[in-house]
Amino acid sequence: MTTHFHVPLPKPLHDIFRPPPTPGVLGVFAHLDATLEAVKKLRAAGHTDFTVYSPIPRHEIEDALGQPVSPVRMFTLIGGIAGCAIGAWLTLWMSYDWPIAVGGKPIGSVPPYVVIMFEMTVLFGALSTILGILFNAAFAARRLGTIQYDPRFTNDRFGVFVPAASDKAARVEALLREAGAEEVRRG
Amino acid sequence: MARVTYDYVTRTIARTLGAPTRGYFLLLGSAVGLLGVGIITLLFLLRYGLGLAGYSHPVYWAVFITCFVFWVGIAHSGTLISAILFLFRSGWRTAVYRTAEAMTVFAVMTAGLFPLIHIGRQWYFYWLLPYPNERGLWPNFKSPLIWDEFAIGTYFTVSTVFLIMGLIPDIAAVRDLATGWRKKLYGITALGWTGANEQWRHYTRGYLYLAALATPLVLSVHSVVSWDFAMAIVPGWHATLFAPYFVAGAIYSGVGLVITLLVPIRRLFHLEEIITVDHFENLAKLCLLTGSIVSFAYVTENFVAWFSGNASERAAFWYRAFGPYWWASWTMYICNGLLPWLLWSKKVRTNITALFVISIFVNIGMWFERYVIIVVSLAGEPYEPWANAVYNPTWADWGIMAGSFGWFFMWFLLFVKNFPAVSISEVKEVLPPPKRVAARAGARHA
Repeated sequence: MTTHFHVPLPKPLHDIFRPPPTPGVLGVFAHLDATLEAVKKLRAAGHTDFTVYSPIPRHEIEDALGQPVSPVRMFTLIGGIAGCAIGAWLTLWMSYDWPIAVGGKPIGSVPPYVVIMFEMTVLFGALSTILGILFNAAFAARRLGTIQYDPRFTNDRFGVFVPAASDKAARVEALLREAGAEEVRRG
Repeated sequence: MARVTYDYVTRTIARTLGAPTRGYFLLLGSAVGLLGVGIITLLFLLRYGLGLAGYSHPVYWAVFITCFVFWVGIAHSGTLISAILFLFRSGWRTAVYRTAEAMTVFAVMTAGLFPLIHIGRQWYFYWLLPYPNERGLWPNFKSPLIWDEFAIGTYFTVSTVFLIMGLIPDIAAVRDLATGWRKKLYGITALGWTGANEQWRHYTRGYLYLAALATPLVLSVHSVVSWDFAMAIVPGWHATLFAPYFVAGAIYSGVGLVITLLVPIRRLFHLEEIITVDHFENLAKLCLLTGSIVSFAYVTENFVAWFSGNASERAAFWYRAFGPYWWASWTMYICNGLLPWLLWSKKVRTNITALFVISIFVNIGMWFERYVIIVVSLAGEPYEPWANAVYNPTWADWGIMAGSFGWFFMWFLLFVKNFPAVSISEVKEVLPPPKRVAARAGARHA
């Protein structure tokens, strides 16, 4: 007779990339204006954490959702400042650590080091921007859970997914149909 | 344009990833063959030393450095089209920027090989890096060569992440159409992209900042490359004009190569509806603008050499035009100074065949520009007349150069068959979005 012990281990990566499914309703739209109408109606009905899928970024969708500006800009700023500081430290500290005296010129001369500081600003700024996009998108995905998706959303269809418990789903379905969804699915 | 819908764009561009034809394999085979020539030449250089290349005192910077500057220059137009025109909100860039950006990454990868080949003992390349060592030595940060290393390293990293960022939504679009192993590959490389508003929100902001960072970067990189020369006192190099002159020349040659690459891609992949004659005309205008700046730089350079009254400077420019390398200089003056003037004519700008031919001559001219600046300035050093030498490239120089073309085209060909060579999502951005109102109006007319 054997006994199996099951110890649940934390799986942070799995939790980020495969969060538990969220019940809700998915509407598929063929037209941008119908999608916007659905967004407006949902916001008026008090829904907040719904997801809009679109094959391209559209300002109309951003405006209709009224989202705050992405925090990615802070990542860029901090990365850029850090890069500039690292560039200054690298050049000045290394120059004084092994001084090369040429023609009585200063050991740590800032004008040529500006080039390195600039390049490091761009390098660190760009890399932290990438991290900012990845982190923010991953955290949003984790917050929203695994939600319904349709492969047509990267082609020519727009989509709205509204998280809703089964007792409220019928009302959301009606709302999406009324806004002009060509297809509504519950999941 | 009515035919060009979102669905048409997705399917037309996704079709370019279909089964490769015999012609594709032939091209890829030739690229790999050329790369083989380069590798064999490199093996000879490793075995017998750099003496196999045509170096002769005082010409120790020659074809390898010429090719380095040539390939870095090629890279620049890609970033111009993808980042600078993005900030300017030029709609036409969407159809051509992916090809240009991929070209950037592969051209920097090619350029990066040359300093390594040029140092001769490749296994010591890490001496270039600031790493802690037992002698407590650090690189000399006052040297433009170390600036260059930082500039090229940053440029390669940033242009690569910029290319990958742009690819993510398109890989997702291809993933959603693909089957089999490709679905798996694109499923992983799309990084879970779905086009949700929480993704676009961070993505579009981040892309904007990347473009804003890449814009000064691209201008800085070729400025730094030009300072490799301008910081030295060699007549013909020591000029404050060099940074803008090199940047304009870089974009001029890069746009040339973009045209050279886009013409066959458009025809082979049947992208005539997406990459139109208007796109080529705009590229030709860019070529005309940058070519004119380059011509102006030639005039300035020669004028300053004469007007400064500096005997060495005058001698260097006289040697350039009428010395033993007159043929190289005049190839440069004609291809870069006179040829772009053809583009004033709209007939030429809208003739794809003419543009293709001109674009090849643009690149021949720009290769010779670097050859003239580097080799001819060194060979004709007038302040060291006892040390003058006539340099001639040998088979080793040509072998490495052929290899570099093979290396570049191998990566480029692999790219266009495995990833969307035209941006799917950005081409859609310039189309009118599908609207109910428009659909109804259209129905009424029909």
